[in-house]
Amino acid sequence: MMGFTPVGSTLGGLVLGVAVSLLILFDGRIAGIAGILGRSFGARGPELSWRLYFLGGLVVGGLLWRLVSPGVLGVPSSTGLGTMAVGGFLVGVGTTLGNGCTSGHGLCGISRLSPRSVVATLVFVATGMLTVAVARGRL
Amino acid sequence: MNDGKKNALAAICGLLFAFGLGLGGMTNPLKVQAFLDVLGKWDPSLMFVMGGGIAVGFWAFRAAKRRGHPFLGGSFGWPSSIRIDARLLSGAAIFGVGWGLTGYCPGPALVALGAGRIGAIVAVSSMVLGMLATQAVRRPSSSA
Repeated sequence: MMGFTPVGSTLGGLVLGVAVSLLILFDGRIAGIAGILGRSFGARGPELSWRLYFLGGLVVGGLLWRLVSPGVLGVPSSTGLGTMAVGGFLVGVGTTLGNGCTSGHGLCGISRLSPRSVVATLVFVATGMLTVAVARGRL
Repeated sequence: MNDGKKNALAAICGLLFAFGLGLGGMTNPLKVQAFLDVLGKWDPSLMFVMGGGIAVGFWAFRAAKRRGHPFLGGSFGWPSSIRIDARLLSGAAIFGVGWGLTGYCPGPALVALGAGRIGAIVAVSSMVLGMLATQAVRRPSSSA
């Protein structure tokens, strides 16, 4: 899975597009993962249950990948658990403040031509690139 | 009354999403970081994930905007905020730093958690803490 994978990545993107399309056309929901997770806290009834089913599908999908093709998950990352904890916290704070992540802004927002999402995507890709450049001593 | 169908739809979409993320390479944090590593050995593959997703999503959102209601009833939950403000920019900037550090954005982190990856379990736990902390200090008036 390392190296340039234009075909696999395009196919993966098409599948994501189908998932996003089904959710908006059938239930009027935006498939933004940070929002689906973040707004499940304090939600009740049907507003909670669809979120749990979606998140459950994601998690079960991960288990299936592990059983069928664990290479898809990459080699166990050399990133330390401290970095994972700090980085994960920043992902939680940032997606809540900015109302979206790679799927909500990047996939759904750009698909519906939202200027807000285009800007957000450019910003998080830029700071992500800057972070990797600094962490890997490229600057 | 369509709650059962809506839950089944959500589960199918979650599963499909996990399938697409894995197929596209998003669940491999090193591949994600290789996409972000523009000054190193850059792997542009993830632009193709985005391109494929938008190529399908564009038509679906276009169709959705022209419909009164989703197929299973209810209404479309269009985001209400349209302002490009400091909050959006700072949030996106902070998210990008966390994404670069971990190689996980929220979806792939949950998929990797399901696969039992320790790093993802730690990342998701603090991600939830970060969400709850931000929600707690959020001004009640700013219902973005």
